[in-house]
Amino acid sequence: MIKRINRTIAVLLMAGTALTACSKAEEKTATAAGGDAVKVGVLQSLSGTMAISEVTVKNASMLAIDEINAAGGVLGKQIEAVVEDGASDPAIFAQKATKLVESDKVATVFGGWTSASRKAMLPVFEKSKNLLWYPVQFEGNECSPNIMYSGAQPNQQALPAYDWAKSKGYKTFFLVGSDYVYPRTANLILAKHITADGLKVAGEEYQALGGTEFSGVIAKIKAAKPDLIFNTLNGDSNVAFFKQMAAAGMSPDKIPVMSFSIGEQEAKAMGPELVKGSYAAWNYFQTLENPENAKFIAAYKAKFGADAVMTDPMIHGYLDVYAWKAAVEKAGDFDPAKVRAAAVAMDPIPSPLGPVKFATNNSLTQTGYIGEADAAGQFKILWTSTAPIAPDPYDPVAFPGKTCVIG
Amino acid sequence: MDIGFLIGQIFNGLSVGSIYILAALGLALSFGLMRVINMAHGEIVMFGGYVAYLTIKVVPGPLGIPAAMLAALVVGGVLGAVLETTIVRRLAERPLETLLATWGVSLIAQQAARDLFGATGVSVTAPPWMAGAIDIGGQSMPVTRLFIMLVAGLALGALALLLTKTRIGLLVRAANQDRATAAAIGVNVRHVDMFVFALGSGVAGLAGVILALLGPVTPTVGQSYIVTAFLVVILGGLGSIAGTAIAAILIGLVSALAQIFVDVSFSTVITLLFVILFLQFRPQGVVAVRSRALDD
Repeated sequence: MIKRINRTIAVLLMAGTALTACSKAEEKTATAAGGDAVKVGVLQSLSGTMAISEVTVKNASMLAIDEINAAGGVLGKQIEAVVEDGASDPAIFAQKATKLVESDKVATVFGGWTSASRKAMLPVFEKSKNLLWYPVQFEGNECSPNIMYSGAQPNQQALPAYDWAKSKGYKTFFLVGSDYVYPRTANLILAKHITADGLKVAGEEYQALGGTEFSGVIAKIKAAKPDLIFNTLNGDSNVAFFKQMAAAGMSPDKIPVMSFSIGEQEAKAMGPELVKGSYAAWNYFQTLENPENAKFIAAYKAKFGADAVMTDPMIHGYLDVYAWKAAVEKAGDFDPAKVRAAAVAMDPIPSPLGPVKFATNNSLTQTGYIGEADAAGQFKILWTSTAPIAPDPYDPVAFPGKTCVIG
Repeated sequence: MDIGFLIGQIFNGLSVGSIYILAALGLALSFGLMRVINMAHGEIVMFGGYVAYLTIKVVPGPLGIPAAMLAALVVGGVLGAVLETTIVRRLAERPLETLLATWGVSLIAQQAARDLFGATGVSVTAPPWMAGAIDIGGQSMPVTRLFIMLVAGLALGALALLLTKTRIGLLVRAANQDRATAAAIGVNVRHVDMFVFALGSGVAGLAGVILALLGPVTPTVGQSYIVTAFLVVILGGLGSIAGTAIAAILIGLVSALAQIFVDVSFSTVITLLFVILFLQFRPQGVVAVRSRALDD
């Protein structure tokens, strides 16, 4: 018996070593550049529940790195990417960020998706005075000199969506979200604005992240009869929500839904038929027409498959690398503090979003768009903000008196 | 308060309760007979969902769902039988090791599903006859939800008939009441164990098909129901089928009715408080089970 257990353990150990060997080999291929190189970290979830979304952002960042290397690198050095897996776990994000900064001595890190992972990595970057480029829309209410926030602040996504809804004559709103920091904060801001305008929040409900039972939420929506639903659900819960709404006779053509976390990738994975006719607010849609975007789409499809779709966070993961390169060249140095100072002082750089520029509060000035999902999972752009919107981490209605000044 | 909303919530409570019945029946069976805490039960539910996804691909059209239910019953049953003969039986006298081993199986199963079907959920589209809603007394009730209640009722009825009217049911009850004596008079308790475990897993597979009608099938879909399923089994009286059914409906109703007064996320807290209070005053659960196995 003991012998058998020992043998089992031995087999398990061997399997374990083989697996680690595989992942080590994978890392090597990503760091093939030799000679005079500068190391950067790329940290996204390559496994676990967030992998589906974060892998695409990692791919987009890697594409930018490859393109830059092919064009001669940065300050004459090739970029050597150290790819790490955050495993959809904030604690692992913090641990891997520490490893990248302390052991690998990377010049900067591109990564993070969930607010929980960003919050976990923040102390690491503040302590080491390194720089993290964060690519996803988020709830604001944070202002660190060691993070470049290229994803939308609430005033660049949620509030333009609300203003658009208001202009369309919608008067009562229902807020549905996953139960964690982003939806709660975004809805807090929305609710404050709705009440301040004399309009009505007909209800506010949360479902645990990943939850699939929406009968209660739907009953409340039915009773409240809102004009529009603001949806901040994340991940697979969206499928259950849209499916059960349709079964209850409330598909998007009956009660309009405005989502903040459903992009092309999510629409494709959920089945476009389910979200058809619903609205989404982003700073990028694949349908945007400009030469930089056409170039990006062609390059990405050539590398990662013709059926790939592009999303807002991917574009931010891509342009972050170019922004870092431009800032390094402006500073003439890889030092994170100098790069940060150069990044917020440089001229707009071209990107698939159009020319973009970082503001002095470390966030990106960008245009807001509202799109309507079609049967193919793409978005028809219905509305474009008149000018690029300056980022504001602290909404004056929800967080009066707070400002973000980084000196 | 709006009476329509109240009726709607009672309907929702019954509907959620029927899902809990299907998810918890298998657990109640295996726990009642073998005192086994099967942590991998949720993963059998999950595989049931994937069986639905695959079956619909092979059998499109109106018969897809019935075919999927049959297939999931069989696949769930086979998985259960394999789990019982390879792991559970070998650890029969050691409840803690069984718990750990089945938990390990559940982790392996989740990763296997992730590797086989991808980390994103797959979606099962309900056939047209199941889409839409029926108006009953001014309340529109989704057909899928009515169908789920029907399936839960039928599964419960079939199980009750099987246990009370058939010879194999007699053997199961004998082994359940007094394992040692049953074995002594010639009942092959090992076969009974395997049968019960497979039966419970078959019902879990069925639950997976039902869940696929409501939401996406993901590698972790079983996890979100397994805790409530355990709660139902404990509240129902550890192994009683009638108790499990009553407890499932009770939990569904308490949660749905609490939503009239508080928001949906807080109704979970109220449901848990209800279970704690209930067990405080009636520790044996809804239906007290008398079994020799419980005496030791």
